[in-house]
Amino acid sequence: MEIKLNRRQLLSLAAGSGAALATSGYANGARAQVATKARIVIIGAGAGGTALANRLADRLQGAEITLIDPRVDHLYQPGLTLVAAGLKPADYVLSKTTDWLPKSVNLIQEAATAIDAETQIVATEGGQCIAYDFLVVAPGLVLDHDAIDGFHLDMVGKDGIGALYAGPQYAAATWQAAQAYVETGGVGLFTRPATEMKCAGAPLKHTFLIEDIARNAGTRGKLDMHYMANNDSLFGVPIVSEKVRMLFGDRQIDPAYSHVLRAIDAGAKTATFDTPEGAVTRDYDYIHVIPPQRAPEVIRQSGLSWVDKWTDQGWVECDKATLRHLRYENIWALGDVAGVPKGKTAASVKWQVPVVEDGLIAAIEGRDPTETYNGYTSCPMITRVGRAMLIEFDYNNNLTPSFPGIIAPLEELWISWLMKEVALKATYNAMLRGRA
Amino acid sequence: MKDMTFGTILAVFEEIFGRGLFWVMVAIAATVTVTYLYVLVRDRSISWRKFLLAQLSMPLGAIAAVWFVLVMTSSRLSDIGGPVDVILFLGIAAAGAVGIAILVYTAQALLGRRSGSDAR
Repeated sequence: MEIKLNRRQLLSLAAGSGAALATSGYANGARAQVATKARIVIIGAGAGGTALANRLADRLQGAEITLIDPRVDHLYQPGLTLVAAGLKPADYVLSKTTDWLPKSVNLIQEAATAIDAETQIVATEGGQCIAYDFLVVAPGLVLDHDAIDGFHLDMVGKDGIGALYAGPQYAAATWQAAQAYVETGGVGLFTRPATEMKCAGAPLKHTFLIEDIARNAGTRGKLDMHYMANNDSLFGVPIVSEKVRMLFGDRQIDPAYSHVLRAIDAGAKTATFDTPEGAVTRDYDYIHVIPPQRAPEVIRQSGLSWVDKWTDQGWVECDKATLRHLRYENIWALGDVAGVPKGKTAASVKWQVPVVEDGLIAAIEGRDPTETYNGYTSCPMITRVGRAMLIEFDYNNNLTPSFPGIIAPLEELWISWLMKEVALKATYNAMLRGRA
Repeated sequence: MKDMTFGTILAVFEEIFGRGLFWVMVAIAATVTVTYLYVLVRDRSISWRKFLLAQLSMPLGAIAAVWFVLVMTSSRLSDIGGPVDVILFLGIAAAGAVGIAILVYTAQALLGRRSGSDAR
């Protein structure tokens, strides 16, 4: 039996597929460079600062771009929940700040200690004074562990205390404590702060993951799990909060509303919460601590913060669509530090970076900016090992699915887990290089 | 996804595997595909005898592809949760099946004797 094939057809098929590949090319294609002598200072070499530096280095010719950040290590923070569930090693989230920076950017590895927005100078701890024409503040945020009475970071990993936000070694230590809890059981309290926080999905993910790991280990019956919500919802987006409430019901995780962690007594294994009815003390065998989160001191002391909003937290006063400072036209906020209603995630940074880039280049060119930020935030909400909900939303609490009709945002799906597992870090890295 | 362009997708794949490994894999896949086309053109026909073995290898390729994805992503079959997951699962299996079939067919065509019966 045989089929005669037309050689010409075969050859044209081969050529055609090659041509399709070639012509599709790099759609990111190089845009014309803008010539400028502008002095641009970026405070912070985290996700936002690094991605922006790379994009500006590509777009601008002759600009003097300075990045100020003392941190030697770059953290892939979306990976911390995986480290704290024993799914990835601590070094999964670690790389070097310098790994991601273009040669043309001047990195000053010192902390910024003062910003004078009037004279347009940033001072560093080493005594340098750096003048700027344009400033982008992207220093991230600080975890205020001292705000929890009786809590110190050296407790993490021991006596049933976890704190995955504090960094890779603490996320790994959190897994040690959580693993012991999965084996021995008892009361588990999973907290979140009342301040704005980075990735409000992470406290939920940690809860879901520990529940699933215990279920698979056959010890779920020994665990009495409670999620301590800071207000009367489980998530800032109402439709998602309802879905999480249903999942918690299904997984027998008991939500306690309006419970904000104030203090822990590690010796007695008790935690005290502020509630509308006053202080409440609960016993625990495992507690996951996420402290209040605030803008770094240098921001709060520089007069860049909102004066009538988030006064205990100090986020930068900026337009929520353009991220441009409302009082200083040559300053933009980017990432966690921005005083906008949502958007303290890496996915938000990915959406914010092109907006700041466009705003800054528009200012250099003397035109109006065209890009705006709609509050887009994405949260691959892991609900068990192997499944997640790909939740995306905007300032208005609207769901904004990237794949409507294909990947349902409120459905626990394997494909959403695969995205988190395979593509998320890769996309993040591509973003850092300015390529995504 | 913002700016879901071909360049973005390439950048993401480069990050998943590392730039070197990714392009080596692309080169291997392209080489096998081009070689497959070459032997089809050379032989001017599909040999159903070679194709039989290629077909028999397809289930192995499908299972291997699914197993690889499950192991690499800490997943289990029970994680399949919706229609899109079933489609993805079948897609991975189909990709593995087709991939190994092309590989086996091409390997036979290159390594095996060009017997009269095969090239009829």
